[in-house]
Amino acid sequence: MSGRPQPVEGRLTAREAGLVGCRRCSKVWPLDTQLCGRCGATLRSRDTTSISRVWAWWVLGVAAYIPANLYPMLRTQTLVETQEATIVGGAIELMQHGSYGIAIVILVASVLIPVAKFLCIAFLAMSSQSATPVSASARQQLYEIVEYVGRWSMIDVFVVAILASLVQLDYAATVNPGPASLSFALSVIFTMLSAQAFDSRIIWDGIERSTPHAPRDPQPTEGSPTP
Amino acid sequence: MTQKITHTDDLIACHGCDALYRVQMPEHGQRAICSRCHTVLVAPRRRAGMTIVMLSLGVVILVFGALWFPFLEISRSGFHNSATLIDSALAFTDGPLLILSLSVAAFIILIPLMRVMLILYVLWPVVFDRPPNKSAATAFRLAEALRPWSMAEIFAIGCAVALVKVADLAQIGFGPAFYMFAALVVIIAVQDNQMCRWSIWQSLDETDRQA
Ligand SMILES: [Zn+2]
Ligand SMILES: [Zn+2]
Repeated sequence: MSGRPQPVEGRLTAREAGLVGCRRCSKVWPLDTQLCGRCGATLRSRDTTSISRVWAWWVLGVAAYIPANLYPMLRTQTLVETQEATIVGGAIELMQHGSYGIAIVILVASVLIPVAKFLCIAFLAMSSQSATPVSASARQQLYEIVEYVGRWSMIDVFVVAILASLVQLDYAATVNPGPASLSFALSVIFTMLSAQAFDSRIIWDGIERSTPHAPRDPQPTEGSPTP
Repeated sequence: MTQKITHTDDLIACHGCDALYRVQMPEHGQRAICSRCHTVLVAPRRRAGMTIVMLSLGVVILVFGALWFPFLEISRSGFHNSATLIDSALAFTDGPLLILSLSVAAFIILIPLMRVMLILYVLWPVVFDRPPNKSAATAFRLAEALRPWSMAEIFAIGCAVALVKVADLAQIGFGPAFYMFAALVVIIAVQDNQMCRWSIWQSLDETDRQA
């Protein structure tokens, strides 16, 4: 038996076939079914509230990201001095100490990924409502990357947590978390919720209407075959 | 030509793009992939159920071990401190930052632990040929919804970054909990790789019908 998913003759999507697919467990039901009988998830052929929820979380995410960059993330006290470092300030300091690798990890996780994520989600939400030159498969890939990478921004919050619990050496050195840690964590959470609210099936709607019933070759399977 | 499709049991809809397929079980170790958006639809593994159950038990044991023992130790000019995993999770104690403490504890300990417990609850009867637990579907749905919020591996990378940051401030030592946590991260990754969601849903469905 082959592992190829067989397309259903003449029917491209569950919706065109008068059916609705469960996004949680992939089971297929008649279009007017409300709840998935297998996993209990709410069934929606297309989530019509998706885009407005995406934007709502997106706005909260951006709003929380601004104070995250203005206020200090860490407050370090040693015998000689007290330092407060913002996200970018902390990374610059690391570079001055010669730890370029770690500085880059912090900058990527705390600046590059969040900003790129805001832009990507905004693009995906806008392009699902109007025409775009970017192909559906490219947008699907973009969506998957955004969903996968977004969580990693949490690194900096965890670093602060570890440092603050570990570096409590009375007068020698203490590290305490700054207010930016909370707004940064909230920004990451809101942006994750924004990405999760997006119904990726919208990307594909209307894409192949111009060439209905085009023959599609099932994708060959990957992985090592068992003996 | 557009007769209504009434028999839907052998159909699968891609959750990424809604493409409709007839299910054909790939061989163990192979994957059925949506030809339109390349989402993995089915990826069965040989004896996956038993493997996942064993790995989950391992994770439960390691979580409690990692909570009990010291995680990291630090010393500088005569002062010494050691932090457990719970200390790290609860580092934010100032007023509003307490919320952050609770979410960090959830992300790195509670949610990973809850997920493996839910998966054990779902798969244990399936693996030992018993009828599935009553709320198995709800439990597995919850486990799936929690997946993006389980951040043990991100915390592990956070440790590495934190260690480099304090390296010139003080001397650092690893406690036993650190190694347990590292092992836990690896096991969770392997377990996730073994898990074919579609096969699990299917097995819950089938055992349900027989009962
Ligand atoms: Zn379902
Ligand atoms: Zn697809």
